[in-house]
Amino acid sequence: MPVSKERLNKETGRISASASRVAAGANHSERVGPALSVEQMTDMAKRLRRHIIRMTAKAGSGHPGGSLSSVEIVTALYFNHLRYDPSNPRWPDRDRFVLSKGHAAPLLYAALAEAGYFPTEELLTLRSLNSRLHGHTNMCVTPGVEMSSGSLGQGLSFAVGIALAARLDRRDYRVYVVLGDGECEEGQVWEAAMAAAHFKVDNLVAIVDRNGQQIDGWTHEIMSTEPLAEKWSSFGWHVLEVDGHDLKQVLAALEEARTVKTKPTAIVARTVKGKGVSFMENNLDFHGKAPTAEEAERALKELA
Amino acid sequence: MAAGMSTREAYGKTLVELGRENENIVVLDADLSRSTFTHLFAKQFPERFFDCGIAEQNMMGIAAGLAASGKTVFASTFAVFASARCYDQVRMCIAQPRSNVKIVATHGGITVGEDGFSHHCIEDLALYTSFPSLAVVVPADAAETVQVVSTAAATAGPFYIRLSRPKTPVVCDSHYRFVLGKAVAMRGGWDATVAACGIMVHRALVAADALAKEGIDLRVLNVSTVKPLDEESIVRAARETGAILCAEEHLLRGGLGSAVAQVVAMHHPVPMSFVTVQNSYSPSAKSEELLQQHGLTAEGIQKEVRALVARKR
Repeated sequence: MPVSKERLNKETGRISASASRVAAGANHSERVGPALSVEQMTDMAKRLRRHIIRMTAKAGSGHPGGSLSSVEIVTALYFNHLRYDPSNPRWPDRDRFVLSKGHAAPLLYAALAEAGYFPTEELLTLRSLNSRLHGHTNMCVTPGVEMSSGSLGQGLSFAVGIALAARLDRRDYRVYVVLGDGECEEGQVWEAAMAAAHFKVDNLVAIVDRNGQQIDGWTHEIMSTEPLAEKWSSFGWHVLEVDGHDLKQVLAALEEARTVKTKPTAIVARTVKGKGVSFMENNLDFHGKAPTAEEAERALKELA
Repeated sequence: MAAGMSTREAYGKTLVELGRENENIVVLDADLSRSTFTHLFAKQFPERFFDCGIAEQNMMGIAAGLAASGKTVFASTFAVFASARCYDQVRMCIAQPRSNVKIVATHGGITVGEDGFSHHCIEDLALYTSFPSLAVVVPADAAETVQVVSTAAATAGPFYIRLSRPKTPVVCDSHYRFVLGKAVAMRGGWDATVAACGIMVHRALVAADALAKEGIDLRVLNVSTVKPLDEESIVRAARETGAILCAEEHLLRGGLGSAVAQVVAMHHPVPMSFVTVQNSYSPSAKSEELLQQHGLTAEGIQKEVRALVARKR
């Protein structure tokens, strides 16, 4: 059974009872999970960014750039939108979140810790021996992680499977996937996009973190993916475009997706790689490189 | 010996039975359901069958997502497409998390014959046995296939089951019992052992009958579970018969022969020999012509066994 708001509050000490959501949606009754205000989420987003900096700096490796660009997307999901119960990670009626761009694992771990899946102190064990927080997500070891990722292009297929299982089991949970825009160069993404529309899984939302960069450069220089929104649309998806750092826009898109029937929804979220730290923004060096101790200090000052 | 049912047809029929007993079974295919015989399940249980189209990588991901949601998933296509084409998807989503997905690949080996080398699947056992966490089974005939598929449905975790296109002679009688990870002595013998899987089990039994007339007493092991390998039966065969020949419709490297040789080398070295697909790709031809060309015949086994027994002395 889902944990009560009071217990959630008592256990985490981070989410106030008044901020918890109790409103019932049309097809999504008995929601459990925090519902922070936009102001509270803005603070949470900053908090997640600080975690990302501290975690990757401590580990000495990792992917801060793509973690920072997805912060508002993940904040909106975990602290306002998703239905879940951290004391029961395998609750059959939970909404599922699939991080297909597995290199943003530090962000997901930070959100899961803040949501109450495990202590925030554990975050600093990232990438170390015996830690539950592997370099890329591993569904077998980390509470709250739904899918292993790190080999790009596979999350949407997996999510289609989960979405179909909901139909077979007559459950009303929803499935959310975050993909990278560079990841959309993988052919399997489009196999899955085709299948999701064909099977009419309207409980599925794909959010593309359109930060415009990949390891070797700007995506439009490496492999053109535009017109990206039109691609999803032509594959049979309901498509929304938002500023991926504007929490209100992200939340509104997620809410609109709930109302879309007989087709899946894609949200193309325009973002900035390294968002929130001046010297990391649009700086390719920080795709897969951790900040030094000195850089981390400067970053944390900016995120104070 | 009369040709029985093909292993793929036995699979399709068994799926229907299992589908009746177990509502949790979901079946996927990639546009080959009439050839893999999953269309029988699709007809009976349309809501639990998903044709993923010509997109095997996506099919494996969908299978894993369904399995993560509590389903027992069977995913089928031809062996070539089920192995090389989606190796990484199987690795990430099925092998590493030990998903409850049963990959049942039909049209294994070179007995796809006329379709040519794009369709000859002679590397799949090497690919699938390379995963630390996956059971790999090659049934010898239709009767064993029924038991293998039922066992897979009842056993949590990932499987790769390799089936054949042609009808397969009957080798397993009504007393035959398949146990995952156990080789079955189809025939006792003390002069040498043939460890075989799939269509080569029948050919080994024919060879054993012929060799008996020459005074060579051949043991025939049906090693249908290629992984996890029944090391105990292999070591016992090495100790008791002093020579082992491996026979399989696969390349030498990475198949049953490689696995058996590792066990023999480690625990009880004896002379060994291998009847396998030669280290090359084949042209289009009738399957029996290709099997002849590669020596995958009862006569081929007899010849190798005679030489092997001579090496013992």
